Amino acid sequence: MGSAVFKGGIHPDYHKEITASMAVSKMKAPSTVVIPLQQHIGAPCEPLDGIEEGVRVKMGQKIADSSGFVSAPIHASVSGTIKTIGAYNHPLGRPVKAITIESDEQEEWDEKVKPPGNIDDLSPDDLRKIIREAGIVGLGGATFPAHVKLSPPPEKKIDCVVINGAECEPYLTADHRIMLEKPEEIIYGLKLMIKALGAEKGVIGIEENKADAISVMEQAVAGEENITVAPLHTKYPQGAEKMLILVTTGRKVPSGGLPLDIGVVNHNVGTAVAITNAVREGKPLIERVVTITGSGINKPANLLIRVGTLVSDVIEVCGGLKEDTRKLITGGPMMGLAQPNADMPVIKGTSGILALTDQDVYIAESSPCIRCAKCVEACPVQLLPTSIAQAAEHDLFKKAEKLHAMDCFECGCCSYVCPSKIPLTQWIRVAKAEIAKANKK
Amino acid sequence: MLIIYAVAALGLLGLLFGIFLALAARFFAVDTDPMVEAVKDELPGANCGACGYAGCSSFAEAVVSGEAKTNGCIPGGDETAKAIAELLGREVSSSAQPVATVFCIGDCFKTEDKFIYDGVTDCEVAGNFIGGFKVCGYGCLGLGNCVEACLFDAIKIGEHGLPVVDVEKCTGCGLCAKACPRTIIKMLPKGENGHLVLCNSHDRGKTVSKACEVGCIACKACVKVCPEEAIVMEDNLAVIDLEKCTDCGKCVEKCPPGTIFRRNAIPTEEQALAYAAEKATESA
Repeated sequence: MGSAVFKGGIHPDYHKEITASMAVSKMKAPSTVVIPLQQHIGAPCEPLDGIEEGVRVKMGQKIADSSGFVSAPIHASVSGTIKTIGAYNHPLGRPVKAITIESDEQEEWDEKVKPPGNIDDLSPDDLRKIIREAGIVGLGGATFPAHVKLSPPPEKKIDCVVINGAECEPYLTADHRIMLEKPEEIIYGLKLMIKALGAEKGVIGIEENKADAISVMEQAVAGEENITVAPLHTKYPQGAEKMLILVTTGRKVPSGGLPLDIGVVNHNVGTAVAITNAVREGKPLIERVVTITGSGINKPANLLIRVGTLVSDVIEVCGGLKEDTRKLITGGPMMGLAQPNADMPVIKGTSGILALTDQDVYIAESSPCIRCAKCVEACPVQLLPTSIAQAAEHDLFKKAEKLHAMDCFECGCCSYVCPSKIPLTQWIRVAKAEIAKANKK
Repeated sequence: MLIIYAVAALGLLGLLFGIFLALAARFFAVDTDPMVEAVKDELPGANCGACGYAGCSSFAEAVVSGEAKTNGCIPGGDETAKAIAELLGREVSSSAQPVATVFCIGDCFKTEDKFIYDGVTDCEVAGNFIGGFKVCGYGCLGLGNCVEACLFDAIKIGEHGLPVVDVEKCTGCGLCAKACPRTIIKMLPKGENGHLVLCNSHDRGKTVSKACEVGCIACKACVKVCPEEAIVMEDNLAVIDLEKCTDCGKCVEKCPPGTIFRRNAIPTEEQALAYAAEKATESA
C-alpha cells in the first residue's frame, strides 16, 4: 500500500504548517446564527410546521426537513428565538432561504438529543435512520447526504469502506487535527459504516505529509483485523473520491459511474466522527471543524464552529483580517469558492476560511492557448481540458460532452498549470452546467 | 518519344473529363430561378438571420415566392428594399430600420464593483457568478457578448466599460440585443426624436442609488411632470413611450440622478472619460 500513484495531479505549495500544530479549540457560540436551508447536495429543506418567526427553539432541535431521499434535515445550532426566515447570502453565490436564530445563551439541548440505547442492537436500517435524522452530510466539502451513500441498491455489494484522511487541499488542516485528536471516534464511525453496509473491510487513506496522523491512526487500528491505514503519496488531488479509491484499493471507478459500482463507499474522517457522535450520543450535526488560515488572517486557528456562524464573526475571533487582504475563500484554495464579502454563514460543507493578501493573489490576464498540453498532463481523470474549454467558449456543448466534460470534478489542476492563465476549470464548469441543462430537457 | 506519350495521354484524359463534365452539367443541372439569384445579389450577404430566415438565400427564395416582404432585410434597409421591389416589379414599401440602443449609462466611473472578477470573459458566465461583479444586478458588465455577436463591426466596448454603437454601421439586425444576457440592448426605430430612460434596473430606489450614480431610482418625478402622460413605471423603472413623447424635455430637468436623455444627446464615451478626469482632479 502507499506505492500506488494516480496519473496526473500537481504539487502545489501546501502552507499547512500555519495551522497544522494548532489543536482544535471550541469557538464560543455566536449571539446570532444564520442557518441556510440548503447545506447539502439534493432537495432543499423547508421549515417544519411551527417553525416561524418569534418561536423559541432548542439546541439540536430539527427545524427544517425535506421529503426528498437525497436530502438531509437541518437543526438549530443554538438555543434561542427565531428572528427571521428569509433569503440570506450563501457561500454558493446566490442568496438562499435561511433561518436566523438569536441565541439566548442558555445552550439548552433539545429533549430528543439522547443516546439511542444499546448500539449493538441497532440494525443497519436503524443506523441509516439515525444518520439521516442527525443531518449528516459529507464534511469534506461536497456535502453529499451521508445516509444516501450508506444505502446502496441491493444488487450492489459493498465490500470496502474507504475513509478519506488525505486532505490534499493546500492550507487546510481540519481533517489532520481530527485524526490526531479523535482517532477512536473515527475508527468507531468507520465500524458503524461497515456495519450499515455489510462490508468486510475499511481503509483509511492519509497523505505522507501528515506523518504524525499516520502513526496515531496506525496505533488506533492496532488490534482491528479488518481496518488498515494506507499512507499515500502527497499529491493534489489525492483526496478526490476516484483518486483515493484507486490508490487505496486498486479499483477504478468507471467513467460516469459511482464508487458503489465497484463495491466501495468513501467517507471523510470528519463524517466518521459526526456519525459516531450521532449514534453514541444522539447529537445531530450542528458544529464542524474549520481551518481559518492564510496570509490575511491575523490569528490562524482550527476551530470547532457552530453551523450558521457568520464568517465575519469567525474572522473577528481570529483577530480580524490584515489590511492588504485581497481574496476571501470558503474551503481550500483549489476547490474553494471565492467570496465577495464575509457576510455569510459557515455551513456544513465549510472546511476552511482562507484569506490571502496581495502577495499571494495574482490577477492574471489570460492569453491564447499555446497547445503545450500541460493541462492534459495534469488532469487526474485524463481529459483534454483545453479542448473542452475551447468547445465551451464556442458554445459547442455537444462536443464538450463527447470529450467527457461531465467526468471533470473541477479539481482546478488545469487552471493551476496553464501558462497562458486560461480559466479552464471555469469554462469546463460552464460546459457542465449547459450539458446538464440540455440533458434535463 | 516518352514526352509525346505523356502529353497525348494527359490530353486524351483531359478531353474525356471535359466531355463528361459538359454532359453532367447539361443532364444534372439544378433549375434555379434567375430571379432568386438576382435578389440574392442585392442582399448584404451577411447571413445574419434578422429577417427570420436561415440566411440570405432562403430569404431571397421567400421574397420571390411572395412569402416574405421586399423590405424584410433589416441590414439592407431602404436601399435594398427598393432594389428588390424594382426587380420584382412590386410596390416599394419603406422599412423602418431599427438601431441598437444601450439602456445603461452606468459606466465604470459611475458604478461600484463588488469584487475583482478575473475569470471567463463572457457576460452570461460572469453574471451568473455571485450575481455579477457589479453592485447593480441589472447593469452592463461590459465583457462584450454583444461585440462578439455583431457581424458588422458596429459595436465596441469603450474605455468607460460600456458598449458604444456606431449608428452608421448598425444595420439593426438585433443580434447584439439577443446576445445580451441582461437585455440591456434594445432595438428602436432609427431617429433622433424622443427621450429615453437609460437604465435597466428594476431594483428599488435605495438599492439603485447605492449601486450607481445615474440609475433610475423610481421616484416618479418624470411620470408626474410629463404633460403627455408618456411615462409609466414598470416594476421600479420609468419607461417612455416614444410615440407619445413630444421632446418637451421637462422630465430631463426633473430627473434627480439624470437618467433621461434625448436620443440625439445620449452620453458618449468622451463625456464619460472627461467626467472621470474631473472626478480624479476633484479627489486629488
